[in-house]
Amino acid sequence: MGISLMFGPRQVRKRPLQKLKKLNWLIILILTGIAFIGFAMLYSVAGGDFSPWASRQMIRFAFALLLMIAIALTDLRIWMALAYPAYFGGLALLIAVELIGATGMGGQRWLDIGIMRIQPSEFMKLAVVLALARYFHGLSIHRAQRLQSLVVPLFLIAIPAALVVRQPDLGTALMVIVGGIAIIFLAGARMWLFVTGFIASLAAIPVVWNQLRDYQQDRVLTFLNPENDPLGAGYQIMQAKIALGSGGVFGKGFMQGTQSHLNFLPEMKTDFIFTVLTEEFGMVGGLVLILLYMILLGYAVLVSISCRSQFGRILASGLSFTLFLYVFINIAMVMGLLPVVGVPLPLVSYGGSAMLTMMVAYGLILSVALHRDITISRTNPFAWE
Amino acid sequence: MDSEGEKYRFYSRRAALLAGAQGLLVTALAGRMYYLGVVESSEYKTLADENRLSLRLLAPDRGEILDRSGRELATNRRDYRVFLVPEQAKNVAKTLHSLGRIITLSESDQRRVERQIARQRSFLPVTVAENLDWDTFARVNVASPSLPGVQSGMGNTRLYPDGPLLSHVVGYVGAVTEEEVGNDPVLELPGFKTGKSGLERAFESRLRGEAGSSRVEVNAYGRVIREVQRQEGRPGENMVLTLDIALQKYAAERLGEESAAAIVMDVHNGELLAMASTPAYDPNQFNFGISRENWEALVRDPRKPLVNKCVAGQYPPGSTFKMIVALAGLEAGLIDPETEHYCSGRHRFGDRTFHCWRPQGHGNLGLVDAIARSCDIYFYKIAIEIGIDRISEMARQFGLGSAYGLEIPGEARGLVPSKEWKMALDGVPWQAGETLVLGIGQGALLASPVQLAVMTSRIANGGRAVIPRIVHTVGQDIAPQQTAAPLMRVSDDNMAVVRRGMEKVLEEKGTAYLSRLRGEGISMAGKTGTSQVRRISKAERDTRVLKTKERPWQERDHAVFVGYGPIENPKYAVSILVEHGGGGSTVAAPIARDILRRTLELDPSANPPVRPADLLRQRVAAL
Repeated sequence: MGISLMFGPRQVRKRPLQKLKKLNWLIILILTGIAFIGFAMLYSVAGGDFSPWASRQMIRFAFALLLMIAIALTDLRIWMALAYPAYFGGLALLIAVELIGATGMGGQRWLDIGIMRIQPSEFMKLAVVLALARYFHGLSIHRAQRLQSLVVPLFLIAIPAALVVRQPDLGTALMVIVGGIAIIFLAGARMWLFVTGFIASLAAIPVVWNQLRDYQQDRVLTFLNPENDPLGAGYQIMQAKIALGSGGVFGKGFMQGTQSHLNFLPEMKTDFIFTVLTEEFGMVGGLVLILLYMILLGYAVLVSISCRSQFGRILASGLSFTLFLYVFINIAMVMGLLPVVGVPLPLVSYGGSAMLTMMVAYGLILSVALHRDITISRTNPFAWE
Repeated sequence: MDSEGEKYRFYSRRAALLAGAQGLLVTALAGRMYYLGVVESSEYKTLADENRLSLRLLAPDRGEILDRSGRELATNRRDYRVFLVPEQAKNVAKTLHSLGRIITLSESDQRRVERQIARQRSFLPVTVAENLDWDTFARVNVASPSLPGVQSGMGNTRLYPDGPLLSHVVGYVGAVTEEEVGNDPVLELPGFKTGKSGLERAFESRLRGEAGSSRVEVNAYGRVIREVQRQEGRPGENMVLTLDIALQKYAAERLGEESAAAIVMDVHNGELLAMASTPAYDPNQFNFGISRENWEALVRDPRKPLVNKCVAGQYPPGSTFKMIVALAGLEAGLIDPETEHYCSGRHRFGDRTFHCWRPQGHGNLGLVDAIARSCDIYFYKIAIEIGIDRISEMARQFGLGSAYGLEIPGEARGLVPSKEWKMALDGVPWQAGETLVLGIGQGALLASPVQLAVMTSRIANGGRAVIPRIVHTVGQDIAPQQTAAPLMRVSDDNMAVVRRGMEKVLEEKGTAYLSRLRGEGISMAGKTGTSQVRRISKAERDTRVLKTKERPWQERDHAVFVGYGPIENPKYAVSILVEHGGGGSTVAAPIARDILRRTLELDPSANPPVRPADLLRQRVAAL
């Protein structure tokens, strides 16, 4: 294995400038468009001011965009080689949080490393997908269908999920689990497994319920009946629905949202920013944003289908599904279809972590797109097939 | 490679399935958006407006109460207040604590706020502090972003500039009680006050006015962002009373520390010019809720500061009733001015001996002197001749035994005994001895000081049945004038005889000679009275009747005096009662003289009460 092998066969290796040209700039434009919707909403929430939120969010986005392109240009095999190290590194960080993490919002989630606070659970969402993609890449379809082949993936999912639940961050844990199960499904596990698994998880609800913290139980209860407690925990959901519903079809107009500008909406620059959008731009505004997301996710699915390596396929669709979960859970939550679990709307909600996750994930998806024609050995990413 | 192809096909199938599932879920989201944003949109629009808009009542200015010349007896002072809306405060204790760093909140304030929060609906504001100065108010406003649920506002505090002076007439206002809360939403305003006593209570509905409303846009913390719509209310109506505050002040000062009542009345139109009852209380202290200790002190005081003795006090009129007995006899033709009787100081009736106030007796005297010197024996004798029926009928004609519909709550009817009354009371027939006692105004007979003033007015004005009144105008309504009150069925000549007797009371040998008005070109007639609180026993008479000062306060006699002036052309009547004061001639007569002299000097009836239009002009001129 010489130096040339490190970067794969010569015929598929391209110079960075060529790769840059081959990037799908239309998709990057859509991504930027979504971010700009977020800036506009943050500008509105601040009462028509770029400070304090919109300007900072723009700077973050600029950095994240550069990072995303850098990731996209990096060879897919490097990402495959980094899959397990990233996974175990993430696991180590999660354990570090458990031991020395900073407490905030009712849970231990952050790790303060001086210059910034990092949230290992966010990083872990991507690392689990990478690890699973790498694992299934190494299996033939027949082996993937065997039951014993699922032991390793289940551990890959369960260990970080358990650590995240302990923080406690139920939303992220659920996203890790659901995302992981989706990957197992894509990799070809037997259908009856999912049917029995679904029934089993229904049966497990009472057990899980008893394990939940009080505030988590409250969230679920008020989700089921928000009108019961309009001033307590149901307040957020009620106000969000009022903002959404009163926006009507075309909304009240930019900067005209009363629910947001008069502070009735909770957490409106972060988790509930979708309701700010729908109050001011109505159902049309909300549907446009959802459509933009769907284009991004649909593109990822197309990339995955056109990819030659199982690693690339699973990575692209697994990440796409993770992003889908973000968007779906957030929007369903603010519309009262799911309990309020604290999942932000990627790129639009104020905050660095979710934006970074989204951009890194999309960087990986674009990397898959650039390197879709590469065939990769089952065991060694840099060996000839 | 074959296996890779299979892997790919398998993957594509699964990816399509997953994408389909995602598509379904997104469709569900879009459906939900359609449901909220289109189907239920109008309902949510209403809810958003309910959030955003808050209808606030604007408390109407309470009507002012003015004296006859338009001087303020009860008015409003603008002040600054701080409210707390429990619903918006979330943590009430914490908010109160933060607020406590800006304004001083005593423990009892905190308890009161917490009690009220527990009692009323949580979206209603509770008054935390009233009567703040501008600086404090401004500090609260500056800090309000960190005080969720705290609202500030301006309000009116009822102010009684003369404090206790008119407490019994005007009354006071206090916090709305639970029984009062009804249809008028203004009563639910924090810090709203309603009349609890006196005219404030009697004219509550007209003084209150109607609330206006202001539709404001508020944020989630209840802070008002802007006013959207405003509808002005109607302020309460002003009231003009017949009282003259200068005379009222003088009368109250003259009564001083006594437990007493003083009335000055215009004998022709019944206007009450002064109505003082002492001791009084300061109605201002009821504004923010009187303390328990102060309240109990007022209730327990044996001199009854809460009672308006002028209308609610009932006393035996004593010898001031002798004019009525005399008139009853003259009208029936049973006596004439020349009728003489001998007074030896004692009179035997049945198996009992009745005494004159003058133990050595008055000797022979006629009717006029009997009044002037207040001989009891003379009136014992004629009362028996005249009989209960004629006396009580005459008493009623002169306004005793009935209420006049004065608007001051608590007006007493008094009591004029009769045969029927006695029979109904305890089933025992009227005894002749009782007529005898009635002849000197004692026994069951009871009258209030204002009734005695009416009686005196009707004697002084030549037999016109004037009715007292204290309210001149309410809003634009002027109380009907009664310059020509109906004439009573009493002859002028007989009235002249009685008036002559009253004149002689203040002449030499008269019971109030020492209190006569001298020189000065002003004159006065009157009648003293002493109403016994406790019978003098035989044993006491045998040894020595204790002097007033030697008896405990509660057992001392009430001192009474009624009078009018000037003699030639009567204009004003006075009625004085000093509870447990002792003799009418020594205690009540000098007070009556001084008050009547002051009345004649001020001559309040020379200027009729201000009319609503004049009042407006007066106010505009003051600006």
